[in-house]
Amino acid sequence: MSWFSRPASETQITNGQRLWLYAVAWLVMIFLLAPTVIVIPMSFSDSQYLEFPPRVWSLRWYEHYFGSPAWMQATATSLKAGVLTMLVATPIGVMAAYGLFVSKMRAASLIFLILVMPIMVPVILVAIGVFYIYVQINLVNSLLGLVLAHSILAIPLVVVVVSSALKSYDMNQEMAARSLGASRFKAFMVITLPQIRFSVITSALLSFLTSFDEVIVAMFVSGGENSTLTRNMFNALRDQIDPTIASISTIMIIVSTSLLVLAQAFGRSDSES
Amino acid sequence: MERLSLSGVAFLMYFFGNDQTLVFAGQSCATPFSMGRSCFSDRYERFVLNEMTPAASSTGSPANSQAKTPAGGALPITIRDATKAYGRIFALDNVDLDVRSGEFLTLLGPSGSGKTTLLMVLAGFTRPDYGSIKFGEREIVRTPPHKRDLGMVFQNYALFPHMTVAANVAFPLKLRGVSKPEMDQRVEQALETVQLGGYGERRIDQLSGGQRQRVALARAIVFEPRILLMDEPLSALDKKLREQMQIELRRLHDKLGMTTVYVTHDQREALTMSDRIAVINHGRVMQLGTPNEIYERPANRFVADFIGESTFLPVSVQDGVASFGGQALKVAQLPRGDHELLLMLRPERLHLVTNGEEVRDSAVNAFQAQVREMVYQGDSFLMYTELEDGTEVTVRGMTRRDMVSCLPAIGDAVQLALHSDDTVLVSAEGA
Repeated sequence: MSWFSRPASETQITNGQRLWLYAVAWLVMIFLLAPTVIVIPMSFSDSQYLEFPPRVWSLRWYEHYFGSPAWMQATATSLKAGVLTMLVATPIGVMAAYGLFVSKMRAASLIFLILVMPIMVPVILVAIGVFYIYVQINLVNSLLGLVLAHSILAIPLVVVVVSSALKSYDMNQEMAARSLGASRFKAFMVITLPQIRFSVITSALLSFLTSFDEVIVAMFVSGGENSTLTRNMFNALRDQIDPTIASISTIMIIVSTSLLVLAQAFGRSDSES
Repeated sequence: MERLSLSGVAFLMYFFGNDQTLVFAGQSCATPFSMGRSCFSDRYERFVLNEMTPAASSTGSPANSQAKTPAGGALPITIRDATKAYGRIFALDNVDLDVRSGEFLTLLGPSGSGKTTLLMVLAGFTRPDYGSIKFGEREIVRTPPHKRDLGMVFQNYALFPHMTVAANVAFPLKLRGVSKPEMDQRVEQALETVQLGGYGERRIDQLSGGQRQRVALARAIVFEPRILLMDEPLSALDKKLREQMQIELRRLHDKLGMTTVYVTHDQREALTMSDRIAVINHGRVMQLGTPNEIYERPANRFVADFIGESTFLPVSVQDGVASFGGQALKVAQLPRGDHELLLMLRPERLHLVTNGEEVRDSAVNAFQAQVREMVYQGDSFLMYTELEDGTEVTVRGMTRRDMVSCLPAIGDAVQLALHSDDTVLVSAEGA
């Protein structure tokens, strides 16, 4: 029996009859992936300008990136901001999700709404608002300001991810632990946290990515020696078309996708355990 | 983009799963508290007084005499005026209750009656609006749960799935700083007590429901608490296992001798296991007594209705004689007070009169009835009859070989006999 006449699933429909669906699915995949993937070959070009496909292959734009103090400083800023955002957003988000979960307040769902508001509104609104406040309190262009602004965007993700993990968690376990002699804090640390740890790790990774990938807020509130990588890329792209951007993009794609794959893997093992 | 879609899904999940939070406030019992709040207080005080007199304490637990009691002995629990209101609904309404040292006491009631609230108040997870709770001489109403030093078994076991069986059982010992060798020994001993010796290294998800129940029990008794609380611990098990565990739990209680407070809505379970039962409804103790007292002499209609099956007939009292439909009744005892009274008819206490002899017995009340339906159940039969006034009355009887052939048919007129000892009048209140 050829592949074409074999059933496609638990039905009588054959792979041959399903061809059109496979084609559509692949087209969607290509449409989604192409814009991301196209910069990868471009980054290995020897040309002065962004070109596709490259005529001569070279690593010179990678050398240029790693050799440039300006790019390196921006990278350091982005990494610092990412890690600090993760460290700020994760504990706050976990605490908020836990508090909302155990709360018997009627207002709990309202508070949840307020907490996730920053990812419901256009980021540019958040950016403008944050900028005007920062001007008043002198936080523009500081790393602290950047981290706080990124945390605004990251906390909702942590709350949402951890809340959904807590949904399937049996709070009686914590009560049991407390009846057996554990204080409430101890019960959370020893009983609850280990069981939602994968969601916490996932949301920590997502917090890092939120900051690391973010450009709009960074455009407004980061600058000078605290410019982020994405902000500098955006500026470079506006000023001159330089394939360094392509090489940085390639590196960022690799970092982001690996973190996302990690996050996915952790997210899955939480629901299994 | 990927991030956004991921969070979007989780966001939706959060909201669809959120219904419980929203309706939580209306969860307790649905009856407005204004319904006769104090109608049992006088009757109930009588019970408390009765229970505190030495004469009434002959029904105490056999456990007290057992050799292996918890360190320091079991503790009595004294509850005074415990009150907890959720909005206008009283989950606990001035509850006074004395649990004797070493006793197996069951809180029995329908869902929303306040029995679980009372247990949570004992455990420390719910703080009463006012009232006093004493373990022995110690007032604990403001003590947090982890300092109350009591064992608790939850309805769904609440085992820690990320730990082995041994680690679950060792948990309370670890918190108490017990040394490793002693811990191992006590864990194994506790597992053996619940017949799970050698199961220590298993994971929780490798255990059956009954085994999980035993682990939860081992975890609750391993640190030899002087008080053990159980919240419907058997309700998730199938009938056969449940009945087996009832006997086992009771044996374990007798062996360990700690004061046990057990919550259930299953009247048979309560009758099987308890030294005494406190029947709870609307946040009040309706009756406190031994299983026998509760079943044979229910204090009011609610207790009579909740425990066992009953039909109630309106009774009028004149000059100290109770009568139903003009027929004077020979009764065990006439309740005091001027409440409206009902005659409680238990299906298994009514006899089908076959030869007329029983009726001539001076201690028997006879009722004329017509058979509406006949159900043959092998070991027993159920006969649905209708009295002359139209009340439907059920009769249950054991089938014996000689009577199978002569059971009445639908439409037959029959005579039902009720011994005067079984002719129990209850107050109509508390329905």
